[in-house]
Amino acid sequence: MARYVSFRDFDWGLLIFVLMICGLGVMEIHSATMHTKFAGSHIRQIYWIAGGVGAMFVISAVNYQALLDRVHWFYIAAVASLVAVLIFGQRYLGAKRWIKMPGGNHFQPSEWVKLILILAMAKYFADLRHRELSWPDFMKAGAIVVIPMLLVLKQPDLGTALTYVPIAVMGVFLGGMQWKQGMVVVLLAAVAVGAVFFTPRVHVLKSYQKQRLTSFVDPENDPQGSGYQVEQSKIAVGSGGLWGGKGSQTHGAFLPVPQTDFIFAAFAEEHGFVGALGVLLLYFVVLMRLTQNAQTAPDRAGAFVVMGVVAVLSFHILVNVGMVVGFMPVTGIPLPLMSYGGSSVLFMFLALGMVMNVRMRRFVN
Amino acid sequence: MFGRDEKVSEIRLTAAQYIILAIFLVLAYGLWRLQVMQSGYYASAAEKNRIRNVPILAPRGKILDREGRIIVDNYPSFSALLLRDSSRDLNADADLIAQGLHLDANEVRTRIRHFTSMPQYQPIFLKEDITPDELAFIDSHRNELPELDTITAHRRLYPRNGFMAHLIGYVGEVTEDMLNQPQFELYSPGDVVGVSGVERQYNTTLMGQNGARRAVVNSHGREVGLLGETEAVPGKQLKLTVDIDLQIAAEEALEGKNGAIVAMDPRTGEILAMVSRPTFDPNDFAVRVSRDEWNKLVNDPDKPLLNKAIQAQLAPGSTFKIIMSVAGWQEGIAQTLHVNCTGGAEFYGRRFGCWVKTGHGGVTLEKAIYQSCDVFFYTLAEKLGIDRIAKYATALGLGQKTGIDLPNEVTGVMPSEEWKIKNFKQKWFAGETISVGIGQGAVAITPVQLMRAVAAISMGGKMVVPHVVDPQELPNGYVETSHLTETKNIPLDPNGWTFITDAMSRVLLPEGTAPSAHVPGIDIAGKTGSAQIVSLATRARFKNAEDLAQNGWFVGFTPRRNPDIIVCVLFEGGEHGRLAARLATQVLKAYVDKQRRSPNKMVEQEKQRGDGKVDIGALWTAPEGDKLEGGRFSIELPKKHLALAAGAPGIVPAN
Repeated sequence: MARYVSFRDFDWGLLIFVLMICGLGVMEIHSATMHTKFAGSHIRQIYWIAGGVGAMFVISAVNYQALLDRVHWFYIAAVASLVAVLIFGQRYLGAKRWIKMPGGNHFQPSEWVKLILILAMAKYFADLRHRELSWPDFMKAGAIVVIPMLLVLKQPDLGTALTYVPIAVMGVFLGGMQWKQGMVVVLLAAVAVGAVFFTPRVHVLKSYQKQRLTSFVDPENDPQGSGYQVEQSKIAVGSGGLWGGKGSQTHGAFLPVPQTDFIFAAFAEEHGFVGALGVLLLYFVVLMRLTQNAQTAPDRAGAFVVMGVVAVLSFHILVNVGMVVGFMPVTGIPLPLMSYGGSSVLFMFLALGMVMNVRMRRFVN
Repeated sequence: MFGRDEKVSEIRLTAAQYIILAIFLVLAYGLWRLQVMQSGYYASAAEKNRIRNVPILAPRGKILDREGRIIVDNYPSFSALLLRDSSRDLNADADLIAQGLHLDANEVRTRIRHFTSMPQYQPIFLKEDITPDELAFIDSHRNELPELDTITAHRRLYPRNGFMAHLIGYVGEVTEDMLNQPQFELYSPGDVVGVSGVERQYNTTLMGQNGARRAVVNSHGREVGLLGETEAVPGKQLKLTVDIDLQIAAEEALEGKNGAIVAMDPRTGEILAMVSRPTFDPNDFAVRVSRDEWNKLVNDPDKPLLNKAIQAQLAPGSTFKIIMSVAGWQEGIAQTLHVNCTGGAEFYGRRFGCWVKTGHGGVTLEKAIYQSCDVFFYTLAEKLGIDRIAKYATALGLGQKTGIDLPNEVTGVMPSEEWKIKNFKQKWFAGETISVGIGQGAVAITPVQLMRAVAAISMGGKMVVPHVVDPQELPNGYVETSHLTETKNIPLDPNGWTFITDAMSRVLLPEGTAPSAHVPGIDIAGKTGSAQIVSLATRARFKNAEDLAQNGWFVGFTPRRNPDIIVCVLFEGGEHGRLAARLATQVLKAYVDKQRRSPNKMVEQEKQRGDGKVDIGALWTAPEGDKLEGGRFSIELPKKHLALAAGAPGIVPAN
């Protein structure tokens, strides 16, 4: 009854939109780094994208159900690698996030843990088969995500740890979360945030993290720190106007890291509201296309996999663009597909590869 | 497998889509608010947003002599710099800038390119010490060229005409090669660092830490506010062990000649004077030197950049006989050796001549030293053998670095059987030992090595490390100096070294080799030498090495017992050691005279003469002449030279 899995069923339309976003990213990286010591980054970004596309094809060829059957092993490996980072990791700028690989490369496990969490959530909820989520199931689902999250927080890498949250949220939401459970989560989150900020004894956040968050609330208080960065970002975006400008914020080095975290600000400065809105539209099309793939998925697990990717991607866009326009604090979360960086590009394409994987098997069964 | 599963709730999937739409609407609103509703405000904010970082250059520390008199100072000058944090196209402006500053436009572009990898807020230094008309050009083009600015820099003022140039060294902009070396890793392009001499050795002490002011400037480059300022930390001043008075005497002695003179306190190792000729004027390239000028200096066959006191490796000639005498005495051979000199002798089937062709007749150790009889030392060398000679020479520091606190000291060569096999894969020939006996052959030493060895003998075996900076005068934690005060004790027979130094004190007497250098009333013990310009390599290249003029050597100290000064002279092409001895005695006499006249000093503080001129230090030449004027030099005191006058060598600083 199964028919051949074919690349004819590959979502070529989705890939074209994704590559358009990547192309705009490469263009902006080139422009933003032109006269800096990062000049040439756009070429390396193209290599990463090419590598990412290759990895996407490879992973889409492996049946995702085979991956799901082994997900508990992946999960154990993921947790082990995070523990390894805490023990053997390279300390850089006060945080242990990388493991040095023999080739001189640095490997950041917290990125691919995201992929495994998406798979683990999918597997967990696919096996439940209830319409409504019971309290123990709810707690277990939470625990699956919270364990790696705590390990990443310990590095400390608040930004990446937060990106695990939407995976869990999307999982329980689609898995049949009840209203009461939703209320409890919101309440707990509020208490946790309150405790972190208003109880002086609890040092969950590092002082720089706390400062980033407080300077978000009161940017005037911290003109040189992250408040300054947000202010510069807002000036960059605002001075772009409707049609874009010459980009003095970006090229005058006022905008911090214009090729990574603040690439959207650089783009918005040079291409104005029209250009920035165009990029948002591209992302929106990609996300809608993804949810459509979830609807046509052959089974529950496939839908969960695709929606996990949707959750992570939306969260990244929300936090990054929100930061650039001054709605969100500085967290160091890159804009997927546009920001310069190998790990981020590879993660996105591997995630898309899993989506393709699900889509290619929609007529199977 | 999961075929019969309930599908994921369609309602919830649709709800997720609406949530995403809501997120995007919020973000789009954020963009709309900034880029459309408030775009005017942010556009003007971007225009106002020009923070300019201007460095405040820290002056380098002064260099003083042992009595606190200034040798090297700074004077204020203007430098032109290019600010890159404006959004101007620097390459397009390069032509106008180059024209106004009298630079080559391509050179300007090259500099801009070199700095592309540096942070934007770091300005590019275009030209140091600009002239008044260049300053006027910058002032009158503030609007057209807002990126061009000036800064007050402190330029190094060195004594003129190459006075003490090798010891002091000079500064220069840190090169890309240097930046790749670990000891320069903390510096950034554009930094001025010591390139040679004391300036390099003690760079971390002398170099200050630049400050910076962050100023808000408008789009026309005018400052509209100050955000903050970090003050520059000036470099620490450095007190040398050199005595300017003695340095002057040594410079004058060697003026017009080639070679080196070093003077040291044999008790402590403090270098009192160090001269090398020919010399160069470090003021010519205090910041940047043109390629032509530099090539000329590097390719000059006389090697003016070489500090011959520590970098010339030459045969010591007869001065080596002091070391031979010590070795011979310690081995119990020299004190009983009697030789009949007939103007030469045969060893291993070859005739070796004595410099006195008619012969010295009967010779014992004492006469052999003050008459410098070659045959005596040939015989002694044959009896000792190369390894026993090498043992004492090596113990006395020959063929090794002395550890002096100056960069790029060379090792020299003290041959031995082992050395020959290691370097030439050949056995040592006994015949080679004979030439080594009179300081020829493969022996190659530096003047400072020879001086240190003889100083150790004069001190009864106490060997010091020569140094130009007293570690106790040095601020802590900048440069590792602990080895400079270490002394070594070489066990010498007291009868031996006293006998040898007594014999050395007759060298300047009528019966010695340098009676013409005698100074009445000063007890000088020394040894002359004249050496062929040899090394094994040159000897191979020049078949008849006799054609090359010989080098004159002299190493001497005073007084004979417990000396307080030792001088070593290398007079290249000086033919005979007695000429070198005369140069040495000039320095020794200056020292003794100064001690006797103390506390009067040769160089006095500035004195107002009433005719608008000021008497200052002794190291200046008359503007039209090029001969160094020792003693005193008077300069006019118009305002523009005030800075110069304050930094003139020889003046005691006001504080």
